[in-house]
Amino acid sequence: MTGYLFLALIVFSVASFMFGRSLARRKAASQGVRGHSLPAFSGWFVAIWSFIPAALILFVLVVFGGRVENTIVQADVPAAVQQLPELNQGLFFQDVRATVNGGMASTTVYDGELKAAFDHKVAQAKSVDNTITLGAYALTLILALAGAAFAYSRLSPQFRARNSVERWVSAFLVACSVVAILTTLGIILSLLWESLRFFQSVSPLDFLFGTHWSPQIAMRADQVGSSGGFGAVPLFVGTFLIMIIAMCVAAPVGLYSAIYLSEYASPFMRAWIKPVLEILAGVPTVVYGFFAALVVGPSFREFFNWLGAFMPGTPMGEYLMNVQNQMALVAGVVMGIMLIPFVSSLSDDIINSVPQSLRDGSLAMGATRSETIKKVVLPAALPGISGAMLLAVSRAVGETMIVTMAAGLQAKATLNPLDTVTTVTVQIVTLLTGDQEFDSPKTLAAFGLGLTLFAVTLALNLIAQRIVQKYQEQYD
Amino acid sequence: MTDSAQSSLAETRDVAKPDLKTKVAKRLKSRHAAELRFRAYGILAVSVAVLFLGILLERIIHQGYTAFVTHSITTEVYLDPNRIDPADIMGANYDQMITEQVMAKMGVAEDEYGTTSGEYKEILSPDLGFKALEALRDNPKLLGQKISLTSPIAANADLYYKGEITRDIVEADRNVSDQQMVWMDALKTKGLVTSHFNTYLFTNTDSTQPELAGLLGAIMGSAMMLLVTAVLAIPIGVGAALFLEEFAPKNRWTALIEVNINNLAAVPSIVYGLLGLAVFINWLGMPRSSPLVGGVVLALMALPTVIIATRSSLRAVPPSIREAALGIGASKTQAVFHHVLPLAMPGIMTGTIISLAHALGETAPLLMIGMISFVPGLPESVTSAASVLPVQIFIWENASERAFHERTAAAIIVLLVFMILMNLAAILLRRRFERRW
Repeated sequence: MTGYLFLALIVFSVASFMFGRSLARRKAASQGVRGHSLPAFSGWFVAIWSFIPAALILFVLVVFGGRVENTIVQADVPAAVQQLPELNQGLFFQDVRATVNGGMASTTVYDGELKAAFDHKVAQAKSVDNTITLGAYALTLILALAGAAFAYSRLSPQFRARNSVERWVSAFLVACSVVAILTTLGIILSLLWESLRFFQSVSPLDFLFGTHWSPQIAMRADQVGSSGGFGAVPLFVGTFLIMIIAMCVAAPVGLYSAIYLSEYASPFMRAWIKPVLEILAGVPTVVYGFFAALVVGPSFREFFNWLGAFMPGTPMGEYLMNVQNQMALVAGVVMGIMLIPFVSSLSDDIINSVPQSLRDGSLAMGATRSETIKKVVLPAALPGISGAMLLAVSRAVGETMIVTMAAGLQAKATLNPLDTVTTVTVQIVTLLTGDQEFDSPKTLAAFGLGLTLFAVTLALNLIAQRIVQKYQEQYD
Repeated sequence: MTDSAQSSLAETRDVAKPDLKTKVAKRLKSRHAAELRFRAYGILAVSVAVLFLGILLERIIHQGYTAFVTHSITTEVYLDPNRIDPADIMGANYDQMITEQVMAKMGVAEDEYGTTSGEYKEILSPDLGFKALEALRDNPKLLGQKISLTSPIAANADLYYKGEITRDIVEADRNVSDQQMVWMDALKTKGLVTSHFNTYLFTNTDSTQPELAGLLGAIMGSAMMLLVTAVLAIPIGVGAALFLEEFAPKNRWTALIEVNINNLAAVPSIVYGLLGLAVFINWLGMPRSSPLVGGVVLALMALPTVIIATRSSLRAVPPSIREAALGIGASKTQAVFHHVLPLAMPGIMTGTIISLAHALGETAPLLMIGMISFVPGLPESVTSAASVLPVQIFIWENASERAFHERTAAAIIVLLVFMILMNLAAILLRRRFERRW
């Protein structure tokens, strides 16, 4: 419905544009003067006034309508619901919201008094929803008409429509750039806010330096083992291990392909290899995850089991016979494959930006091509390449789908690539998928992990940019 | 200089000459060997990358192509008035009725405990029963008549017909018994079961039954989400790029925005998911797992890349264009919107399509906003719960039934085809409209 109203608003604004333009033309013609602005600007002026105030109301409705509705519905909690533990109260209202929106409610069954309360709240939410929506629709219509009327009344040959329209345009452009800032602010504030709530129940020191991770918080407060352990060191170790394996694959392969492509390959080869790398870069990570879980994992396991069969009776052989699909090596290698095009295209750009005169000088001194590359081009490109590697590391740390599908869930602080480990991103996904009360330490822990992840990747990016910037213009 | 000294010098020269030569020749040899080795490393690295892509695509196509063919059973069903109560058509056991009719047709005798029909039912599909009920609900007059029904055969039977379950496997290790295999062979020779292109994959929505599960819901969800992303990301991204490139004064604020955009481009996608969860769903109360929230989150994620692509194509428009427009009396806004922007448009579209293709394949942030629930129907609007292609792949990959594995690979092929089409469109746009100044 909101969508149709929005479409109607667009149609109305287009009509306003045409009417405003012809009105400006007619007014100018009847007075026998040339207007200050072209008639089209008068049209734009009317269209803007018909569209923007009304569209803002619709925007506010879409963005804040749900929040206002929830505040009203949750203002008085029915007695039956008040008796529920605090965790389930939130779930109750979440289900009310889902039922009203036609979304997925949890599997909880409400009966007796709770059923009555549930139905009552659903009815209330529906009526509040209707009131808010109808009110907003009415306001939208009024504002569209009023805006158009106001704009028509201003039109005259003397009216500076162009200046007015251009002010609107610059305001729009500034607003667009502010969105980028708001996004960053939103990320930082939401992560900080939820993490602070998490750190009220778990000390930041325990979180960052604790070595026991088992966030299985019980749904009921009286259940055994409801405290959970939130020491994230095993996750950091697991993330680090997988990142190192990935970089061991991606760094040499990516760098050597970049060197080969920019220094040796014929234009014909470049024209074929570059698209291949671009395809590799465009493959969605969920596809790499599938590849890791169903192809690489089983074949690696079979290989190690086969290897273990050669050493019967030894502890090494026993161990190899028992490795699992979810070993760190699988996720690491596939993540490395994913990063190859990333490393290669960044390094390619950097190597190409080394001035040709350096190569020519070196070749003229009698150095071979590989000597030129190793002793002249690479040292000159080193800052850029290390920046590229840092960006790849930041990618590897933040990558989610491959590890979610191919790495395990056991939080183990080990550097053995054949062991199963878990990573920060895997835990965020596991903590936040499924029916959950949002305020439990379990879900808030995900935000603590998210904050750590954001801080680490941000630091890596800033350092990388710094390195690149500092040495970038050395030869210009 | 004495004679002896002279002769000794000549001696050393004579001795040194061949020595140096062999040394140089030796060294040159090793240098050339190093050159060859280095070159070989490069070729090796490139081949490894190409090989990986080859294996990846080969494996996925190998696992997925079988899902594009499926087997259907077509049979006459007699809507028996003795077994269906006209007052309560929902109450009848259609599956049992149809199974018994097919068994009678195939000459399979029922035993006294009904286990034979129970086993026979497993190779047919529950969809036949649903279809019979549906037909009867639409037209109650059909009671007592014969209707012809077609529906996909059970997933395990389909795997047998495709040769993925064979008699070589020990009977206990497979989901199909020897007896069922005999029945299936008979059904095939009698012509009741036919193989055809799997249209169900594109006309059905998600289901817990692999043979009925299709991608239509996910494709619709992806389309809706991508629409929301495009509507938000393109105008905002282009607007921000125009401001930064054409209008912004060079001061501390714009420098901050620039650093900010570069950093946003490198924030892990899962963090955007956390932002969506905390702000859009929990704080603003927007509907969970809806294409609307997914689209907004992906739009925020795509924004930096759209801005960066737009800025570089704006920068490629030569300043002479702007100066010429300003010179004949256009205002700054007119010069930008009437002359610079249209010339930069092909580049902007290319960059935008590529970033939208990237958004199409994004999964992690969508898991955060609850897009992991089982959605059996088509999404009605952008605010109702929906599934999208990459998440559907993730959900199917986790399913235990073997028949879902080939469907997962098939879904990947469908997703890759969509992405390749988008990238192709971008490349064609670039080829067609690209201008060098």
